[in-house]
Amino acid sequence: MQQIRFVLNDETVVIDSISPTTTLLDWLRETKRLTGTKEGCGEGDCGACTVLVGKVVDDRLVYRSVNACIRFVPSLSATHVVTIEHMAGPDGVLTPIQQALADLHGSQCGFCTPGIVMSLYALLMEKPTPSRAEIEIALQGNLCRCTGYESIFRAVEAAAAGMASATPDRLTLTRERIIATLNDLKPKRTIRIFHGQSRSIIPFNTADLADAYATEPNAVIVAGATDVGLWVTKQMRQLSPVIFINHLTELQTIDETADKVRLGAVVTYTQAQNVLAKNFPALGKLLIRIGGQQVRNMGTIGGNVANGSPIGDTPPALIALDATVTLRSRNGARSLAVEDYFIEYGKQAREDGEFVEALEIPKLADDEFYAIYKISKRRDEDISALCGAFKLKLDAAGNVASIRIAFGGMAGTPKRAAHTEAFLTGKPWNEATVSAARAELAKDYTPLSDWRASADYRMLAAQNLLTRLLIETSGEKASLERYAMLEAGE
Amino acid sequence: MNKMDTSFPTVINGPLHADRRHDSAHKHVAGSADYIDDMPEPSGMLHAAIGMTDRAHAIITSMDLSAVESAPGVVAVLTAKDFPVNDVSSAHKHDEPVLTDKLVEFHGQPAFVVIAETRAAARQAARRARIEYEDLPAILSVAEAKAAGGKFVTEPLTLKRGDADTALAQAPKRIKGQMEVGGQEHFYLEGHISIAIPGEDDEMTIWASTQHPSEIQHMVAHVLEVPSNAVTVFVRRMGGGFGGKETQGNQFAAIAAVAARKLKRAIKIRLDRDEDMTATGKRHDFVIDYDLGFDEDGRIHGVKAEFAARCGFSADLSGPVTDRALFHVDNAYFYPHVEVKSLPLKTNTVSNTAFRGFGGPQGCVGAERFMEEIAYALGKDPLDVRMANFYGEPGSDRVLTPYHQTVEDNIMPRLVAELAEKTDYRKRREEIIAFNKSSRVIRKGIALTPVKFGISFTMTAFNQAGALVHVYQDGSIHLNHGGTEMGQGLYTKVAQVIADCFQVDLDRVKITATTTGKVPNTSATAASSGTDLNGMAAYDAARQIKERLVAFAADKWKVPEADVEFLPNRVRVGTDIIPFPDFINQAYFARIQLSAAGFYKTPEIHWNRATGQGRPFYYFSYGASVSEVSVDTLTGEYIVNRADVLHDVGHSLNPAIDKGQVEGGFIQGMGWLTTEELWWDGKGRLRTHAPSTYKIPLASDKPEIFNVELAEWSVNKLPTIGRSKAVGEPPLVLPISVVEAISMAVASVADYRQCPRIDTPTTPERVLMAIERLKTA
Ligand SMILES: Cc1cc2nc3c(=O)[nH]c(=O)nc-3n(C[C@@H](O)[C@@H](O)[C@H](O)COP(=O)(O)OP(=O)(O)OC[C@H]3O[C@@H](n4cnc5c(N)ncnc54)[C@H](O)[C@@H]3O)c2cc1C
Ligand code: FES
Ligand code: FES
Repeated sequence: MQQIRFVLNDETVVIDSISPTTTLLDWLRETKRLTGTKEGCGEGDCGACTVLVGKVVDDRLVYRSVNACIRFVPSLSATHVVTIEHMAGPDGVLTPIQQALADLHGSQCGFCTPGIVMSLYALLMEKPTPSRAEIEIALQGNLCRCTGYESIFRAVEAAAAGMASATPDRLTLTRERIIATLNDLKPKRTIRIFHGQSRSIIPFNTADLADAYATEPNAVIVAGATDVGLWVTKQMRQLSPVIFINHLTELQTIDETADKVRLGAVVTYTQAQNVLAKNFPALGKLLIRIGGQQVRNMGTIGGNVANGSPIGDTPPALIALDATVTLRSRNGARSLAVEDYFIEYGKQAREDGEFVEALEIPKLADDEFYAIYKISKRRDEDISALCGAFKLKLDAAGNVASIRIAFGGMAGTPKRAAHTEAFLTGKPWNEATVSAARAELAKDYTPLSDWRASADYRMLAAQNLLTRLLIETSGEKASLERYAMLEAGE
Repeated sequence: MNKMDTSFPTVINGPLHADRRHDSAHKHVAGSADYIDDMPEPSGMLHAAIGMTDRAHAIITSMDLSAVESAPGVVAVLTAKDFPVNDVSSAHKHDEPVLTDKLVEFHGQPAFVVIAETRAAARQAARRARIEYEDLPAILSVAEAKAAGGKFVTEPLTLKRGDADTALAQAPKRIKGQMEVGGQEHFYLEGHISIAIPGEDDEMTIWASTQHPSEIQHMVAHVLEVPSNAVTVFVRRMGGGFGGKETQGNQFAAIAAVAARKLKRAIKIRLDRDEDMTATGKRHDFVIDYDLGFDEDGRIHGVKAEFAARCGFSADLSGPVTDRALFHVDNAYFYPHVEVKSLPLKTNTVSNTAFRGFGGPQGCVGAERFMEEIAYALGKDPLDVRMANFYGEPGSDRVLTPYHQTVEDNIMPRLVAELAEKTDYRKRREEIIAFNKSSRVIRKGIALTPVKFGISFTMTAFNQAGALVHVYQDGSIHLNHGGTEMGQGLYTKVAQVIADCFQVDLDRVKITATTTGKVPNTSATAASSGTDLNGMAAYDAARQIKERLVAFAADKWKVPEADVEFLPNRVRVGTDIIPFPDFINQAYFARIQLSAAGFYKTPEIHWNRATGQGRPFYYFSYGASVSEVSVDTLTGEYIVNRADVLHDVGHSLNPAIDKGQVEGGFIQGMGWLTTEELWWDGKGRLRTHAPSTYKIPLASDKPEIFNVELAEWSVNKLPTIGRSKAVGEPPLVLPISVVEAISMAVASVADYRQCPRIDTPTTPERVLMAIERLKTA
């Protein structure tokens, strides 16, 4: 049975043939004529296309908001896709968040609204009484050009206040039935879908993935599609064969031991959030500045590394932590330092048939100070102009015992600051040292000028981040955080 | 002039001056509001995609489209020669071809159109073109344009009053400076889209996401070489417009129409976001050179300034936009002697266009920079400088604008005093100065800036509107007018006017799609004028029907006309009370005409561009805001901690909707002035052409505390609809206070001795570089 099967709202969908790169958004709007889900950008940034995708994880049905515009249909096997049309009950009764948005003027032109409803519904499902900061995080992936957002906040607060007394909505009532259906739809072997010249491969397990990739090393692996999606919607690339991997449970594991955290390659940002925030608070804070919630629900850290971009945010963070990446092929597995994975711009240490299996991150010692500073034009949902990660250990005398510094956005790859590290090691950790180290940083990097920042700014800010690090190691806060001043009663 | 009686009892559901939600609110949240791409598609419809050039200035030497033609799904490829009238210049200057086949004037200018079975096939095929060019020198910026001798796309304007040169020479203090004010992409969430459906004979029906259906109609008729009566344009709603759909849809409607005529099939063209951002115009960026003369009290004696704008390759609306920049160069301030001029410069970039405020905000930014300069020069609180320069009381000798209109309705002193008081501005400023003394890295700033905004199209003829009202036999009402709905709530407000007139519940009034077939010769829904004009036109239509109804009732019941009264959902005739539907039904049988076309033209306005004198504006809107920010002086990053707004919309027709406009305008203006950066590379390519690179505000950019209030005591002195005032554009100017607050935090690194002179947008980079400049100065 070579079919993709999933549930769309309340209908089971069976697809025999579809292009590997048909986006969920186009399929919904053009094939199903469900036009409530909108296209605002086609690249995961505006959230107008937000839908929910529900999956059975450990016998629980978990719904997450995703960007339909960069989600490929073959990746939806055994999921429940929920669109705005399915939000109101069969009797037309709106969910509390819809009602509140309508009553409290949370829409103006209304084009962003279906996406905002889906994002906020997902938020309230998880956090029935969200704080303003939590609402902001839930809306990082939703642009509204009309309202200025304030009315949307008012609506969320009103909806949250009324949630307890609201009658259960459709998704709540159908949980059991959907779980049973999805379990039924789970493929029992590797699926291959043909469409004209193009093919999708949905491996049953990691071994099948290794086999398929060994046979077709030119296949494109798709995990969360938050990078690959744009190759299709923006560069109009036609990809085939495509191997989908985000459903592989073996690659979804999170293992925490006494000295390290191991993330399977397709663990999403959202799934990694808790374990990373607990062990590496700075990384936890970085994660919620990557993309918007929808992107974090799809995008994987494995993909962020595999993609090899010089401006990916997790590579410098992982390099500073001396993390390793495990590559697997049909012939076995090998590990190498994340740092060594990046050879030069556009070139990574991945052989034919090798895929990323996992990342291993050594935990911090109690006396290690770890910081990540991401600088972008807009605070959230923006690609870094530069992103610096620092792991520092001082000796008893206050000298630098060891330091690892890695920057993204400063070179053709995420890169260590070798000169600066060497210079700092053994020196007293104070203003004089840091000020002298600025010149070393200029030896380490020759950044470029582009639309995100000029070379001068990148260098100056990078140098200033050493100062920020110095101040923050002393316990004083030297950076801005939303609501921090309000909470501190300033 | 129709005097509007605002004393009706307000017990109907949806009266004037009451909060009502947007008429489509339920459909918005349910996903059932149809935008053009959501409508059922006519059978056999084909899809168009544009093929773009990739030079800023060049001659096309060859264009090989064979691979495009042979691509899967392609039905036809159109080039300039398929457009016998290859012209969509809204300025009637013939400087804007639909497609170019020779001269490329900006990077991305469309050169051909692919028609295919699916949108994806059309887009994919469009990539296969092989175009060869011969490059020409490209002029990309204001500086380059000036250096090259400064070619204009349209006539510049000078506004002059008094003797600025002498005033400057004699002023006790003088400052010269320059400021760059960046442009802005509209980023309406719904991109440009048009569907053309060919009809019989020469007829063409167009559905377009447009703020200006009449212009689409005229433009389509023009390129099809048919009379206007052959073309009917519809738009029910837009997913945002903000000025970006005033003229910029012409080209795409023209493409769809010509292709539809040629292929005898319905054609849809929907731009991809990147294409939309590359191929359509934006807010004008300006370089402002200024020369200020003032005294120790901070009072301005004379101002001279030059507003040089990057207009792009064609005139489009650059004339009126750059004119309006000058109309706002005074913002809220009286300049005893003033001489300002515009330089609408031609550049090899996309043609800039209307954007909420229409040049006005750029003028205001200049004015506020003047105040800031003077404050730093004198070591004063900028608010004191502002107050010293406000226009005076009516009758005083400080009421004349640079365009010789008298400011008769100045409420600025009251409004600003109230806001400063309410927000504790003075005390907070002291606290912030104290905080900055002891804070190493994080610095704070606070500022209060005002806005005064002239309301009316500066092109006097555009200040007219029509409406069509039908009352059906069952008492239900059909409302149509020339205004378009882009989210601003215009349909709702005008429906309230009608409900209020007839004293029927709002849900009895059906709001129908704007169409050139029902109300002709309309103006763009722009210049904040939508409600002022269309509300009055609708009122006029309703008035006519009511007058007929009153005459009918007086005649039938034999009572004086004064004894006929429209009460909520019923009519009192003498002592009889008749439900509205029954009353209407009786009127029908008495053969009363229950339909009327209404019309309105704004009175009293006139403008002589040649002399730079007149009364271009019917009245002024006022507002002010206080913003507080924190700046990281190591990186230039910042957070807006709080903003408070007090804004004047006269006697609001719908305070909830108006407040939404103020909140939304503030955040949109804040984006323009802070993170929204249009970045062209050396080849003239816009590199911030998608939301991944062009950063409009998110929920987490909103001020942490954001209080917006309407000045409830304000009533328009003039007889506008319900004595309300326009609301669309003025709030965009409010967040200048954010920029000035950031500037104050920056100035703290040099003990406020220097004006930081940060250009906009104030990206973290610009902020940090200003800090560096001040530290080393
Ligand atoms: C709107 C938006 C905002 C974003 N913001 C940020 C940001 O702030 N910071 C940031 O760093 N990134 C950002 N990104 C990019 C980020 O989401 C991706 O880099 C993501 O982490 C990639 O994971 P994925 O699973 O989506 O990979 P995919 O797109 O599926 O794949 C990416 C690449 O990696 C390869 N690949 C994926 N998994 C494997 C594997 N297991 N083995 C071998 N190859 C593999 C693919 O073949 C492809 O070449 C953003 C993306 C979007 C759309
Ligand atoms: S359409 Fe913008 S995120 Fe999908
Ligand atoms: S309501 Fe228009 S974009 Fe949000």
